[in-house]
Amino acid sequence: MNPPAGEAGRGAQWSVPPEPGPEQDRRGSTPADRGSPVGRRVVLGLLGLGAVGVVAGSPLQDGLDAALAPIQRNDPTGLSDLLPGDYFRIYTVTDGYPYQSPVSYRLSVDGLVDRPTSLSLADLRSRPATSLVRAFQCVTGWRVPDVHWQGVLLSDLLDEAGVQPAARALRFLSFDGAYSESLTMAEARRPDVIVAYAMGGRPVSQAHGGPVRLYVAPMYGYKSIKWLSHIQVVDRVEPGYWETVGNYDVEAWVGRSNGRNDPTT
Amino acid sequence: MAATIRRRSAPAGRGWLDRFDGVERAVHWVNAALMLVLVFTGATLYLAPLGQAVGRRALVEDIHVYCGIALPVPLVIGLAGPWGGRLRADLRRFNRWTGSDRMWLRAAFRERSRRQALQAEIEVGKFNAGQKLNAAWTAGAGLVLLGTGLIMRWYHPWPLSWRTGATLVHDWMAVAVGIVVIGHIGMAVSDPDALRGIFTGRIRRSWAERHAAAWLDGRD
Repeated sequence: MNPPAGEAGRGAQWSVPPEPGPEQDRRGSTPADRGSPVGRRVVLGLLGLGAVGVVAGSPLQDGLDAALAPIQRNDPTGLSDLLPGDYFRIYTVTDGYPYQSPVSYRLSVDGLVDRPTSLSLADLRSRPATSLVRAFQCVTGWRVPDVHWQGVLLSDLLDEAGVQPAARALRFLSFDGAYSESLTMAEARRPDVIVAYAMGGRPVSQAHGGPVRLYVAPMYGYKSIKWLSHIQVVDRVEPGYWETVGNYDVEAWVGRSNGRNDPTT
Repeated sequence: MAATIRRRSAPAGRGWLDRFDGVERAVHWVNAALMLVLVFTGATLYLAPLGQAVGRRALVEDIHVYCGIALPVPLVIGLAGPWGGRLRADLRRFNRWTGSDRMWLRAAFRERSRRQALQAEIEVGKFNAGQKLNAAWTAGAGLVLLGTGLIMRWYHPWPLSWRTGATLVHDWMAVAVGIVVIGHIGMAVSDPDALRGIFTGRIRRSWAERHAAAWLDGRD
Protein backbone atom coordinates (compact mmCIF):
# COMPACT_ATOMS: atom_id res chain seq x y z
CA MET A 1 0.00 0.00 0.00
CA ASN A 2 1.54 3.26 -1.02
CA PRO A 3 -0.91 6.15 -1.14
CA PRO A 4 1.69 8.91 -0.68
CA ALA A 5 3.25 8.09 -4.07
CA GLY A 6 -0.13 8.40 -5.68
CA GLU A 7 -0.78 11.70 -3.96
CA ALA A 8 2.57 13.07 -5.12
CA GLY A 9 1.89 12.07 -8.71
CA ARG A 10 -1.41 13.87 -8.72
CA GLY A 11 0.06 16.81 -6.86
CA ALA A 12 1.92 17.83 -10.00
CA GLN A 13 -1.24 19.50 -11.24
CA TRP A 14 -2.31 22.49 -9.22
CA SER A 15 -5.97 21.75 -9.62
CA VAL A 16 -5.82 18.31 -8.19
CA PRO A 17 -7.03 17.86 -4.75
CA PRO A 18 -5.74 16.70 -1.60
CA GLU A 19 -7.64 13.56 -0.99
CA PRO A 20 -6.77 12.52 2.51
CA GLY A 21 -5.36 9.02 2.36
CA PRO A 22 -5.92 6.45 5.03
CA GLU A 23 -2.75 7.53 6.83
CA GLN A 24 -3.92 11.08 7.03
CA ASP A 25 -7.31 9.89 8.12
CA ARG A 26 -5.88 8.25 11.16
CA ARG A 27 -3.57 11.06 12.02
CA GLY A 28 -5.10 13.95 13.80
CA SER A 29 -8.51 12.39 14.29
CA THR A 30 -9.75 11.65 17.72
CA PRO A 31 -12.13 8.76 18.33
CA ALA A 32 -14.85 11.28 19.13
CA ASP A 33 -15.01 12.90 15.68
CA ARG A 34 -14.53 9.63 13.80
CA GLY A 35 -18.16 8.90 14.53
CA SER A 36 -19.74 5.57 15.25
CA PRO A 37 -19.87 2.48 13.00
CA VAL A 38 -23.49 2.85 11.92
CA GLY A 39 -22.75 1.31 8.51
CA ARG A 40 -21.62 -1.91 10.12
CA ARG A 41 -24.70 -1.94 12.35
CA VAL A 42 -27.00 -1.53 9.35
CA VAL A 43 -25.29 -4.43 7.54
CA LEU A 44 -25.41 -6.71 10.59
CA GLY A 45 -29.01 -5.72 11.27
CA LEU A 46 -30.02 -6.64 7.73
CA LEU A 47 -28.21 -9.98 7.99
CA GLY A 48 -30.06 -10.66 11.25
CA LEU A 49 -33.41 -9.74 9.71
CA GLY A 50 -32.69 -11.95 6.72
CA ALA A 51 -31.80 -14.89 8.96
CA VAL A 52 -34.98 -14.44 11.01
CA GLY A 53 -37.00 -14.28 7.79
CA VAL A 54 -35.49 -17.52 6.53
CA VAL A 55 -35.97 -19.42 9.78
CA ALA A 56 -39.48 -18.03 10.36
CA GLY A 57 -40.20 -19.29 6.83
CA SER A 58 -43.66 -20.69 6.31
CA PRO A 59 -45.41 -19.00 9.27
CA LEU A 60 -44.04 -15.66 8.10
CA GLN A 61 -45.39 -16.19 4.59
CA ASP A 62 -48.80 -17.10 6.00
CA GLY A 63 -48.79 -13.93 8.09
CA LEU A 64 -47.78 -11.74 5.17
CA ASP A 65 -50.38 -13.37 2.94
CA ALA A 66 -53.09 -12.62 5.47
CA ALA A 67 -51.90 -9.02 5.80
CA LEU A 68 -51.60 -8.40 2.05
CA ALA A 69 -54.76 -10.17 0.88
CA PRO A 70 -57.16 -7.27 1.63
CA ILE A 71 -54.79 -4.77 0.00
CA GLN A 72 -54.47 -6.84 -3.16
CA ARG A 73 -58.22 -7.42 -3.34
CA ASN A 74 -58.99 -3.71 -3.17
CA ASP A 75 -56.17 -2.35 -5.28
CA PRO A 76 -57.56 -0.88 -8.51
CA THR A 77 -54.09 -0.32 -10.01
CA GLY A 78 -53.02 -3.95 -9.83
CA LEU A 79 -49.57 -2.77 -8.77
CA SER A 80 -49.78 -4.69 -5.51
CA ASP A 81 -49.82 -7.88 -7.56
CA LEU A 82 -46.17 -7.20 -8.24
CA LEU A 83 -45.42 -7.67 -4.56
CA PRO A 84 -44.12 -11.07 -3.55
CA GLY A 85 -46.66 -13.43 -2.15
CA ASP A 86 -48.66 -16.42 -3.19
CA TYR A 87 -48.03 -16.71 -6.81
CA PHE A 88 -46.89 -19.38 -9.19
CA ARG A 89 -43.47 -19.21 -10.76
CA ILE A 90 -44.10 -20.45 -14.26
CA TYR A 91 -41.41 -23.00 -14.99
CA THR A 92 -40.83 -24.29 -18.48
CA VAL A 93 -38.07 -26.45 -19.87
CA THR A 94 -38.62 -25.25 -23.43
CA ASP A 95 -38.97 -21.78 -24.95
CA GLY A 96 -42.27 -20.10 -24.28
CA TYR A 97 -45.46 -21.99 -23.47
CA PRO A 98 -46.65 -24.78 -25.75
CA TYR A 99 -50.20 -24.41 -27.03
CA GLN A 100 -52.97 -26.80 -27.90
CA SER A 101 -56.48 -25.63 -28.53
CA PRO A 102 -59.09 -26.92 -26.07
CA VAL A 103 -61.06 -28.13 -29.09
CA SER A 104 -58.45 -30.29 -30.74
CA TYR A 105 -56.77 -31.39 -27.48
CA ARG A 106 -56.47 -35.15 -26.93
CA LEU A 107 -55.13 -37.16 -24.00
CA SER A 108 -53.98 -40.65 -24.95
CA VAL A 109 -53.92 -43.47 -22.44
CA ASP A 110 -52.09 -46.55 -23.72
CA GLY A 111 -49.37 -49.08 -23.00
CA LEU A 112 -50.22 -52.05 -20.79
CA VAL A 113 -53.97 -51.54 -20.95
CA ASP A 114 -56.84 -53.52 -22.44
CA ARG A 115 -58.56 -50.51 -24.01
CA PRO A 116 -56.19 -47.75 -25.21
CA THR A 117 -58.13 -44.49 -25.42
CA SER A 118 -57.84 -40.95 -26.65
CA LEU A 119 -59.89 -38.47 -24.65
CA SER A 120 -60.97 -34.96 -25.63
CA LEU A 121 -61.44 -32.17 -23.11
CA ALA A 122 -65.20 -32.71 -23.40
CA ASP A 123 -64.70 -36.42 -22.65
CA LEU A 124 -62.82 -35.53 -19.47
CA ARG A 125 -65.41 -32.96 -18.41
CA SER A 126 -68.24 -35.45 -18.90
CA ARG A 127 -66.74 -37.83 -16.32
CA PRO A 128 -67.34 -37.56 -12.56
CA ALA A 129 -65.34 -34.58 -11.30
CA THR A 130 -63.09 -34.51 -8.26
CA SER A 131 -62.30 -31.23 -6.52
CA LEU A 132 -59.37 -30.67 -4.20
CA VAL A 133 -58.36 -27.55 -2.30
CA ARG A 134 -54.68 -28.11 -1.70
CA ALA A 135 -51.38 -26.26 -1.78
CA PHE A 136 -48.93 -26.32 -4.65
CA GLN A 137 -45.48 -26.76 -3.10
CA CYS A 138 -42.30 -26.33 -5.11
CA VAL A 139 -39.24 -28.25 -4.02
CA THR A 140 -37.24 -24.99 -4.06
CA GLY A 141 -39.48 -23.53 -1.40
CA TRP A 142 -42.23 -21.39 -2.87
CA ARG A 143 -45.75 -22.43 -2.12
CA VAL A 144 -49.23 -21.38 -3.16
CA PRO A 145 -51.74 -22.41 -0.51
CA ASP A 146 -55.39 -23.34 -0.97
CA VAL A 147 -55.50 -23.74 -4.72
CA HIS A 148 -58.82 -25.08 -5.99
CA TRP A 149 -58.21 -27.98 -8.38
CA GLN A 150 -60.79 -29.82 -10.44
CA GLY A 151 -60.46 -32.79 -12.74
CA VAL A 152 -60.88 -36.52 -13.13
CA LEU A 153 -59.36 -39.03 -10.75
CA LEU A 154 -56.40 -40.64 -12.46
CA SER A 155 -57.52 -43.89 -10.87
CA ASP A 156 -60.87 -43.70 -12.73
CA LEU A 157 -59.14 -43.24 -16.08
CA LEU A 158 -56.95 -46.27 -15.36
CA ASP A 159 -59.98 -48.38 -14.51
CA GLU A 160 -61.64 -47.31 -17.73
CA ALA A 161 -58.60 -48.30 -19.78
CA GLY A 162 -58.25 -51.63 -18.00
CA VAL A 163 -54.78 -51.91 -16.50
CA GLN A 164 -53.07 -55.24 -17.24
CA PRO A 165 -51.48 -57.32 -14.45
CA ALA A 166 -47.92 -56.63 -15.64
CA ALA A 167 -48.35 -52.88 -15.16
CA ARG A 168 -46.31 -51.35 -12.33
CA ALA A 169 -45.99 -47.66 -13.15
CA LEU A 170 -47.09 -44.76 -15.30
CA ARG A 171 -45.12 -42.50 -17.57
CA PHE A 172 -46.53 -39.07 -18.40
CA LEU A 173 -45.52 -36.98 -21.40
CA SER A 174 -46.05 -33.30 -22.05
CA PHE A 175 -46.88 -31.81 -25.44
CA ASP A 176 -44.02 -29.36 -24.87
CA GLY A 177 -41.99 -32.20 -26.35
CA ALA A 178 -39.46 -32.36 -23.51
CA TYR A 179 -41.00 -32.84 -20.09
CA SER A 180 -41.93 -36.21 -18.65
CA GLU A 181 -42.88 -37.60 -15.26
CA SER A 182 -43.61 -40.89 -13.55
CA LEU A 183 -45.69 -42.41 -10.76
CA THR A 184 -45.88 -45.92 -9.37
CA MET A 185 -49.24 -47.65 -9.81
CA ALA A 186 -49.93 -47.33 -6.07
CA GLU A 187 -49.25 -43.58 -6.15
CA ALA A 188 -51.39 -43.13 -9.24
CA ARG A 189 -54.31 -44.84 -7.47
CA ARG A 190 -54.37 -42.30 -4.64
CA PRO A 191 -57.54 -40.23 -4.21
CA ASP A 192 -55.53 -36.97 -4.32
CA VAL A 193 -54.02 -37.47 -7.77
CA ILE A 194 -56.12 -35.98 -10.56
CA VAL A 195 -55.96 -35.13 -14.25
CA ALA A 196 -56.90 -31.47 -13.82
CA TYR A 197 -58.74 -29.25 -16.31
CA ALA A 198 -59.66 -26.42 -13.91
CA MET A 199 -57.74 -24.31 -11.40
CA GLY A 200 -59.33 -21.68 -9.21
CA GLY A 201 -62.71 -22.31 -10.84
CA ARG A 202 -61.45 -21.56 -14.35
CA PRO A 203 -60.01 -23.70 -17.14
CA VAL A 204 -56.30 -24.38 -16.55
CA SER A 205 -54.55 -21.53 -18.38
CA GLN A 206 -51.83 -22.02 -20.93
CA ALA A 207 -49.18 -20.82 -18.47
CA HIS A 208 -50.34 -23.27 -15.82
CA GLY A 209 -50.23 -26.21 -18.22
CA GLY A 210 -53.63 -26.07 -19.90
CA PRO A 211 -55.80 -27.38 -21.31
CA VAL A 212 -54.97 -30.35 -19.07
CA ARG A 213 -52.28 -31.02 -16.46
CA LEU A 214 -51.65 -33.53 -13.72
CA TYR A 215 -52.02 -32.57 -10.06
CA VAL A 216 -50.26 -34.83 -7.55
CA ALA A 217 -51.26 -33.27 -4.23
CA PRO A 218 -48.88 -35.08 -1.83
CA MET A 219 -45.77 -34.48 -3.92
CA TYR A 220 -43.63 -31.53 -4.99
CA GLY A 221 -44.79 -29.53 -7.97
CA TYR A 222 -42.45 -31.09 -10.47
CA LYS A 223 -44.54 -34.27 -10.38
CA SER A 224 -47.63 -32.32 -11.50
CA ILE A 225 -46.70 -32.32 -15.18
CA LYS A 226 -48.09 -29.47 -17.27
CA TRP A 227 -49.46 -29.66 -20.83
CA LEU A 228 -50.23 -33.34 -20.30
CA SER A 229 -50.83 -35.21 -23.54
CA HIS A 230 -49.93 -38.84 -23.01
CA ILE A 231 -50.20 -41.41 -20.21
CA GLN A 232 -48.32 -44.65 -20.82
CA VAL A 233 -48.93 -47.62 -18.55
CA VAL A 234 -45.55 -49.36 -18.17
CA ASP A 235 -43.90 -52.18 -16.26
CA ARG A 236 -41.37 -50.08 -14.31
CA VAL A 237 -40.77 -46.52 -13.18
CA GLU A 238 -38.79 -44.49 -15.63
CA PRO A 239 -37.39 -41.31 -14.05
CA GLY A 240 -38.84 -38.09 -15.46
CA TYR A 241 -37.24 -34.90 -16.77
CA TRP A 242 -35.92 -33.31 -13.57
CA GLU A 243 -35.16 -36.70 -12.08
CA THR A 244 -32.79 -37.26 -15.00
CA VAL A 245 -31.49 -33.75 -15.69
CA GLY A 246 -31.52 -32.35 -12.15
CA ASN A 247 -31.12 -35.49 -10.06
CA TYR A 248 -34.41 -34.86 -8.23
CA ASP A 249 -35.96 -37.67 -6.19
CA VAL A 250 -38.39 -39.85 -8.13
CA GLU A 251 -40.49 -40.29 -4.99
CA ALA A 252 -41.20 -36.61 -4.40
CA TRP A 253 -43.23 -36.63 -1.17
CA VAL A 254 -43.50 -33.08 0.19
CA GLY A 255 -41.20 -32.76 3.21
CA ARG A 256 -39.96 -36.34 2.93
CA SER A 257 -37.69 -36.22 -0.09
CA ASN A 258 -35.08 -34.11 -1.85
CA GLY A 259 -32.75 -33.86 1.09
CA ARG A 260 -35.20 -33.57 3.93
CA ASN A 261 -37.41 -35.61 6.17
CA ASP A 262 -39.65 -32.97 7.69
CA PRO A 263 -43.25 -32.89 8.76
CA THR A 264 -45.51 -32.06 5.83
CA THR A 265 -46.65 -28.47 5.72
CA MET B 1 0.47 20.52 5.42
CA ALA B 2 1.47 20.58 1.78
CA ALA B 3 -2.04 19.54 0.87
CA THR B 4 -3.51 22.61 2.51
CA ILE B 5 -1.15 24.98 0.73
CA ARG B 6 -1.84 23.40 -2.59
CA ARG B 7 -5.54 23.73 -2.05
CA ARG B 8 -5.29 27.42 -1.16
CA SER B 9 -3.46 28.16 -4.37
CA ALA B 10 -6.56 27.29 -6.32
CA PRO B 11 -9.08 30.07 -6.80
CA ALA B 12 -12.21 29.44 -4.73
CA GLY B 13 -14.95 27.63 -6.58
CA ARG B 14 -12.84 26.72 -9.57
CA GLY B 15 -10.84 23.69 -10.57
CA TRP B 16 -11.38 20.02 -10.17
CA LEU B 17 -10.97 17.52 -7.38
CA ASP B 18 -10.23 13.83 -7.56
CA ARG B 19 -13.20 12.05 -6.06
CA PHE B 20 -12.87 8.45 -7.25
CA ASP B 21 -9.76 6.68 -8.50
CA GLY B 22 -9.69 4.08 -11.26
CA VAL B 23 -10.12 1.17 -8.88
CA GLU B 24 -13.21 2.70 -7.32
CA ARG B 25 -14.76 3.47 -10.68
CA ALA B 26 -13.96 0.00 -12.01
CA VAL B 27 -15.57 -1.62 -8.95
CA HIS B 28 -18.59 0.62 -9.27
CA TRP B 29 -19.16 -0.08 -12.96
CA VAL B 30 -18.56 -3.82 -12.79
CA ASN B 31 -20.99 -3.86 -9.88
CA ALA B 32 -23.49 -1.81 -11.84
CA ALA B 33 -23.25 -4.12 -14.84
CA LEU B 34 -23.76 -7.21 -12.67
CA MET B 35 -26.67 -5.54 -10.91
CA LEU B 36 -28.29 -4.67 -14.23
CA VAL B 37 -28.04 -8.28 -15.38
CA LEU B 38 -29.39 -9.48 -12.01
CA VAL B 39 -32.35 -7.10 -12.15
CA PHE B 40 -33.21 -8.10 -15.69
CA THR B 41 -32.79 -11.86 -15.24
CA GLY B 42 -34.51 -11.67 -11.84
CA ALA B 43 -37.49 -9.89 -13.37
CA THR B 44 -37.60 -12.52 -16.10
CA LEU B 45 -37.73 -15.31 -13.53
CA TYR B 46 -40.25 -13.42 -11.41
CA LEU B 47 -42.73 -11.96 -13.91
CA ALA B 48 -44.47 -14.62 -15.98
CA PRO B 49 -45.14 -12.53 -19.12
CA LEU B 50 -41.50 -11.46 -19.30
CA GLY B 51 -40.39 -15.05 -18.75
CA GLN B 52 -42.64 -16.21 -21.55
CA ALA B 53 -41.26 -13.61 -23.93
CA VAL B 54 -37.64 -14.41 -23.12
CA GLY B 55 -37.85 -18.19 -22.80
CA ARG B 56 -34.83 -20.36 -21.99
CA ARG B 57 -35.58 -20.31 -18.31
CA ALA B 58 -32.75 -22.65 -17.32
CA LEU B 59 -30.18 -20.38 -19.00
CA VAL B 60 -31.69 -17.23 -17.46
CA GLU B 61 -31.58 -18.93 -14.06
CA ASP B 62 -27.92 -19.89 -14.46
CA ILE B 63 -26.98 -16.35 -15.50
CA HIS B 64 -28.84 -14.94 -12.51
CA VAL B 65 -27.26 -17.37 -10.04
CA TYR B 66 -23.67 -16.92 -11.23
CA CYS B 67 -23.91 -13.13 -11.59
CA GLY B 68 -25.24 -13.11 -8.03
CA ILE B 69 -22.32 -15.15 -6.78
CA ALA B 70 -19.95 -12.86 -8.70
CA LEU B 71 -21.45 -9.67 -7.24
CA PRO B 72 -19.13 -9.36 -4.20
CA VAL B 73 -16.03 -10.29 -6.23
CA PRO B 74 -15.15 -6.86 -7.73
CA LEU B 75 -15.49 -5.17 -4.34
CA VAL B 76 -13.36 -7.81 -2.61
CA ILE B 77 -10.68 -7.59 -5.29
CA GLY B 78 -10.78 -3.79 -5.17
CA LEU B 79 -10.34 -3.79 -1.41
CA ALA B 80 -7.84 -6.59 -1.11
CA GLY B 81 -4.72 -5.33 -2.91
CA PRO B 82 -2.23 -2.48 -2.64
CA TRP B 83 -4.36 -0.70 -5.24
CA GLY B 84 -7.30 -0.38 -2.83
CA GLY B 85 -6.15 2.42 -0.51
CA ARG B 86 -8.74 4.92 -1.70
CA LEU B 87 -11.51 2.35 -1.72
CA ARG B 88 -10.64 1.23 1.79
CA ALA B 89 -10.65 4.84 2.97
CA ASP B 90 -14.08 5.34 1.42
CA LEU B 91 -15.36 2.16 3.03
CA ARG B 92 -14.27 3.58 6.37
CA ARG B 93 -16.12 6.80 5.54
CA PHE B 94 -19.28 4.88 4.69
CA ASN B 95 -19.11 3.02 7.97
CA ARG B 96 -18.54 5.96 10.27
CA TRP B 97 -21.43 8.29 11.11
CA THR B 98 -20.77 11.60 12.82
CA GLY B 99 -23.24 13.89 14.55
CA SER B 100 -23.47 15.90 11.31
CA ASP B 101 -24.55 12.78 9.44
CA ARG B 102 -27.37 12.19 11.89
CA MET B 103 -28.49 15.81 11.61
CA TRP B 104 -28.36 15.61 7.83
CA LEU B 105 -30.51 12.46 7.82
CA ARG B 106 -33.03 13.94 10.23
CA ALA B 107 -33.27 17.01 8.00
CA ALA B 108 -33.90 14.76 4.98
CA PHE B 109 -37.33 13.93 6.39
CA ARG B 110 -38.38 17.60 6.60
CA GLU B 111 -40.35 19.37 3.89
CA ARG B 112 -38.34 20.57 0.91
CA SER B 113 -37.52 24.20 1.76
CA ARG B 114 -36.73 23.42 5.40
CA ARG B 115 -34.62 20.46 4.32
CA GLN B 116 -32.56 22.51 1.92
CA ALA B 117 -31.98 25.22 4.50
CA LEU B 118 -30.96 22.75 7.19
CA GLN B 119 -28.74 20.66 4.96
CA ALA B 120 -27.00 23.72 3.56
CA GLU B 121 -25.76 24.51 7.09
CA ILE B 122 -24.37 21.04 7.73
CA GLU B 123 -20.81 20.44 6.62
CA VAL B 124 -20.93 16.98 5.11
CA GLY B 125 -17.90 14.77 4.54
CA LYS B 126 -17.08 13.00 1.28
CA PHE B 127 -20.42 11.20 1.46
CA ASN B 128 -23.66 12.44 2.93
CA ALA B 129 -25.77 10.30 5.25
CA GLY B 130 -28.08 9.25 2.42
CA GLN B 131 -25.13 7.91 0.44
CA LYS B 132 -23.79 6.19 3.55
CA LEU B 133 -27.16 4.61 4.19
CA ASN B 134 -27.41 3.50 0.56
CA ALA B 135 -23.96 1.90 0.77
CA ALA B 136 -24.74 0.03 3.99
CA TRP B 137 -28.17 -1.01 2.76
CA THR B 138 -26.78 -2.28 -0.54
CA ALA B 139 -24.03 -4.25 1.21
CA GLY B 140 -26.41 -5.81 3.74
CA ALA B 141 -29.23 -6.47 1.30
CA GLY B 142 -26.76 -7.86 -1.23
CA LEU B 143 -25.44 -10.35 1.31
CA VAL B 144 -28.97 -11.37 2.32
CA LEU B 145 -29.89 -11.85 -1.35
CA LEU B 146 -26.75 -13.90 -1.88
CA GLY B 147 -27.43 -16.13 1.14
CA THR B 148 -31.11 -16.69 0.40
CA GLY B 149 -30.33 -17.18 -3.28
CA LEU B 150 -27.85 -19.91 -2.42
CA ILE B 151 -30.49 -21.65 -0.28
CA MET B 152 -32.99 -21.44 -3.15
CA ARG B 153 -30.54 -22.80 -5.68
CA TRP B 154 -28.83 -25.47 -3.52
CA TYR B 155 -31.83 -26.31 -1.36
CA HIS B 156 -31.07 -29.92 -0.43
CA PRO B 157 -29.57 -29.35 3.04
CA TRP B 158 -32.28 -26.96 4.22
CA PRO B 159 -35.64 -27.66 5.85
CA LEU B 160 -38.63 -27.05 3.61
CA SER B 161 -39.78 -24.20 5.84
CA TRP B 162 -36.38 -22.49 5.41
CA ARG B 163 -36.64 -22.84 1.65
CA THR B 164 -40.01 -21.10 1.83
CA GLY B 165 -38.51 -18.42 4.09
CA ALA B 166 -35.50 -17.93 1.81
CA THR B 167 -37.78 -17.48 -1.21
CA LEU B 168 -39.91 -15.00 0.69
CA VAL B 169 -36.96 -12.96 1.97
CA HIS B 170 -35.25 -13.06 -1.45
CA ASP B 171 -38.40 -11.81 -3.22
CA TRP B 172 -39.09 -8.94 -0.81
CA MET B 173 -35.45 -7.93 -0.58
CA ALA B 174 -35.17 -7.95 -4.39
CA VAL B 175 -38.17 -5.66 -4.76
CA ALA B 176 -36.73 -3.29 -2.13
CA VAL B 177 -33.27 -3.32 -3.73
CA GLY B 178 -34.85 -2.66 -7.13
CA ILE B 179 -36.64 0.40 -5.76
CA VAL B 180 -33.45 1.70 -4.13
CA VAL B 181 -31.44 1.12 -7.33
CA ILE B 182 -34.01 3.09 -9.31
CA GLY B 183 -33.77 5.84 -6.68
CA HIS B 184 -29.96 5.76 -6.84
CA ILE B 185 -29.95 6.13 -10.62
CA GLY B 186 -32.62 8.82 -10.46
CA MET B 187 -30.63 10.90 -8.00
CA ALA B 188 -27.42 10.45 -9.98
CA VAL B 189 -29.10 11.59 -13.19
CA SER B 190 -30.62 14.60 -11.44
CA ASP B 191 -27.14 15.80 -10.37
CA PRO B 192 -24.94 15.84 -13.52
CA ASP B 193 -21.94 17.14 -11.56
CA ALA B 194 -22.03 14.21 -9.17
CA LEU B 195 -22.72 11.83 -12.05
CA ARG B 196 -19.63 13.08 -13.88
CA GLY B 197 -17.64 12.13 -10.78
CA ILE B 198 -18.35 8.45 -11.15
CA PHE B 199 -17.60 8.55 -14.91
CA THR B 200 -14.39 10.59 -14.88
CA GLY B 201 -13.39 10.39 -11.25
CA ARG B 202 -13.27 14.16 -10.95
CA ILE B 203 -15.67 16.62 -9.42
CA ARG B 204 -15.95 20.40 -9.55
CA ARG B 205 -14.56 22.19 -6.54
CA SER B 206 -17.74 24.26 -6.42
CA TRP B 207 -19.74 21.05 -6.12
CA ALA B 208 -17.61 19.91 -3.20
CA GLU B 209 -18.05 23.30 -1.49
CA ARG B 210 -21.78 22.81 -1.58
CA HIS B 211 -22.03 19.07 -0.95
CA ALA B 212 -18.87 17.89 0.77
CA ALA B 213 -17.38 20.83 2.65
CA ALA B 214 -15.78 18.75 5.39
CA TRP B 215 -14.11 16.54 2.82
CA LEU B 216 -12.81 19.60 0.98
CA ASP B 217 -11.27 20.83 4.22
CA GLY B 218 -9.59 17.52 4.82
CA ARG B 219 -11.76 16.81 7.84
CA ASP B 220 -13.14 13.60 6.33
